[in-house]
Amino acid sequence: MRRLLPFPFLSGSLLIAWLLLNQTTAPGQVLLGCGLALLGPWILTLLQPPKGRIRRPGAIARLCWRVLLDIVRSNIAVARIILRPRPRDRTPGFVNIPLDLQDPYGLAVLACIITATPGTLWVNHDPATRVLMIHVLDLIEEGDWIRTIKNRYERLLQEIFE
Amino acid sequence: MIGATELPGWAAITTALLVLVGAGLTLTGSLGLLRLQRFYERVHAPTLGATLGTGSILIASMVCFTVLQTRPVLHEILIAVFMTITTPITLMLLVRAALFRDRHEAARRESMAGASSGERPDTDRPAS
Repeated sequence: MRRLLPFPFLSGSLLIAWLLLNQTTAPGQVLLGCGLALLGPWILTLLQPPKGRIRRPGAIARLCWRVLLDIVRSNIAVARIILRPRPRDRTPGFVNIPLDLQDPYGLAVLACIITATPGTLWVNHDPATRVLMIHVLDLIEEGDWIRTIKNRYERLLQEIFE
Repeated sequence: MIGATELPGWAAITTALLVLVGAGLTLTGSLGLLRLQRFYERVHAPTLGATLGTGSILIASMVCFTVLQTRPVLHEILIAVFMTITTPITLMLLVRAALFRDRHEAARRESMAGASSGERPDTDRPAS
């Protein structure tokens, strides 16, 4: 089973993506999609990706909801900053966040989250010191940002990936 | 082409509103790219278009075509997924290139100015 399906999650995603692209559940396309779902992960094993696993769907759902809310909220916040006729005093700056999360997939998801919320930007992560540097457009309190990232995202990501 | 006149009122209004919100946000993001002053601030602006801007337009498309074709049209989700996965790569590439250059220039300036700490006009410089 592991030989045939080294990455079951990826295989499933590929099949769903194929069927969505073709907008059909015709048997022929399902068969073709299954072929792709078998072939894709097999090619991926040649790249020797690090092992990872996903757990706790409840935590995933909570994380998705949180991120969705934050995306809407920060979109509004950044739009207001841009559209303000005269720029008020606003200090952009870098924040260094000590992370406990080590899983490469968890870090990749965190990178997507931080980039997807306007106003914060992933700059650099040092795996040796485990310090993540982000850039914040409207930096009020450095400690707030560290707490936000750690409590809102990192804890859930650790539950899911570690 | 499917006649848009067949679209019922509520769906037409929802679609129009969502498209307007999406387009407005994307425009705001582009405006930000123009208005904000420094590089690190500017890269924040286009994410408006890449996240909620795209999202609204995609939801509008899903609503419109689901109603018109009387079956769920969901393949727009794929666009959202691919956008979320790929935008961080571009942004990180840009920001890290800028960071590398900043550090490089700062190091050079320091070595040229000797022990005196070079006063930078760009206050946005990372600490380490």
